[in-house]
Amino acid sequence: MTLHRAISPAVAVRRLSRAFGDRPVLHDITLNIPSGQFVALLGESGSGKTTLLRALAGLDDDARQSGSYSVPKNVSVLFQDARLLPWLSVIDNLTLGLRRQDAVQAAQSMLDSVGIGDKARAYPATLSGGQKQRAALARSLLRNPDLLLADEPFGALDALTRLKMHDLLLRLVERSRPTIVLVTHDVDEAVLLADRILVLRDGVIAEDHRVTVPHPRRPSHPDFEDLRRRLLRSLGVETEHI
Amino acid sequence: MNDMTRSHGGTLLDPAPGRTGKTTTSNRLAPGKLPRGLQLAGPVLLVVLWEAAARLGYLSPHTLAAPSTAIATGFEMFADGTLLPHLAASAGRAYAGLFLGVLAGVVLALASGLTMTGEALIDGLVQIKRAIPTLALIPLVILWLGIGEAMKIFIIFTAVLVPVYVNTHAALRGIDIGHVELARTLGLTRSEFIRNVALPGALPGFFVSLRLAVTLCWTSLVVLELINTQTGIGYLMNRARDWGQTDIIVVGILIYAVLGLLSDAAVRMVEARALSYRRSIGS
Repeated sequence: MTLHRAISPAVAVRRLSRAFGDRPVLHDITLNIPSGQFVALLGESGSGKTTLLRALAGLDDDARQSGSYSVPKNVSVLFQDARLLPWLSVIDNLTLGLRRQDAVQAAQSMLDSVGIGDKARAYPATLSGGQKQRAALARSLLRNPDLLLADEPFGALDALTRLKMHDLLLRLVERSRPTIVLVTHDVDEAVLLADRILVLRDGVIAEDHRVTVPHPRRPSHPDFEDLRRRLLRSLGVETEHI
Repeated sequence: MNDMTRSHGGTLLDPAPGRTGKTTTSNRLAPGKLPRGLQLAGPVLLVVLWEAAARLGYLSPHTLAAPSTAIATGFEMFADGTLLPHLAASAGRAYAGLFLGVLAGVVLALASGLTMTGEALIDGLVQIKRAIPTLALIPLVILWLGIGEAMKIFIIFTAVLVPVYVNTHAALRGIDIGHVELARTLGLTRSEFIRNVALPGALPGFFVSLRLAVTLCWTSLVVLELINTQTGIGYLMNRARDWGQTDIIVVGILIYAVLGLLSDAAVRMVEARALSYRRSIGS
């Protein structure tokens, strides 16, 4: 115990429960996430994964009524819809609320690194879904978060764009290594990206998997396939034909 | 799935030669965009029928002057300088009331839309005011402000205030909850939130209210210019009624119509500029 105290976890959740009205959504969740770990939260719709993420993001004002949780000071959230303000240009969306001297230059270079440097002055309405999500990712990473919370950020993208975004995300967080919690319903996405996969079922963490598949991960790798199969089964999908 | 959508898209994009456009429009369920100028088809048709009826003797000048007669009378009145002072007097009243009403409407909407105290104090009052016909206030306002200009401007002011308040307030209250969450996660201060999120978000609602307001200010004016006045379009029309001059009455109606259209067009122009961010590549 004393040995572990030196490295305090980035995210610590203690006995967190949450109900909406009579319907319990999270039940007595206890969870430690070490700094720099990439965690994927898997679960069916209604399993409570988004609720947990919103609590960590500080968007759920009633979440502290039972249990407790601590997160780093600098948290950034990536939403499923890119959530860019339509009346601000892309670069103004990135710098909004950003308190640093070189905000504009930093935003521009971040846009360059997500591959939409030429869209800085464009309005979000003129961007494709993938470009919007790139801008949102740039906005999040520009803040050098210690914790990046992502709520199905690639769920609304087409399959090809999603693959590119996976690659981009891994590349961009390689150096800064923020702690990441990614909510997803895509098993492949989870196995491809995460160091650790938590399966939420009926408001509890039902399974906790380490992903040991070496990077770069290929779906053809036997460990990849095996983990994918087990996860799908635990989510109630029989995988004979998949 | 992919193949299906592609082949479907192909037939829509590449109609048979010579039938270009025909296929797409006939397949459409919702009506397409009206070509420029065709929005005026209805009004033009009405004027043509009206003119024809007058020329063919179906419409006596005592009932209704022909549009051509009215336009001729209008030009005459404009040329001999009788029209302009009345127009100026009316415009002065209407736009003074409009300016004050929009200003007060926006200020009240902001106070009520952005603060709980404001909501508690203001919203109920404006909703009550909304239920009272503006014209029902005239007797009381005459007692307070007399029968001069102040009374007329005040009535227009109260008439304009209501739609401006209601629409702007609704837009502020109906702010996208997702944008509020975003603002929280970005750690915006309250003033940053108001400037960058709340106000721009309410702008479309404000423009709707402004379009209502620019026509409403003229509507109230006609009735008000019945009361103790020697100037104004409404005064001209009422005097014309006493003399049976239907052409002058029509001139007045046309002026209102033209002013209404022009004001609306002006607001839409400003709106299009202010909300230009809505234009996506496709539109």
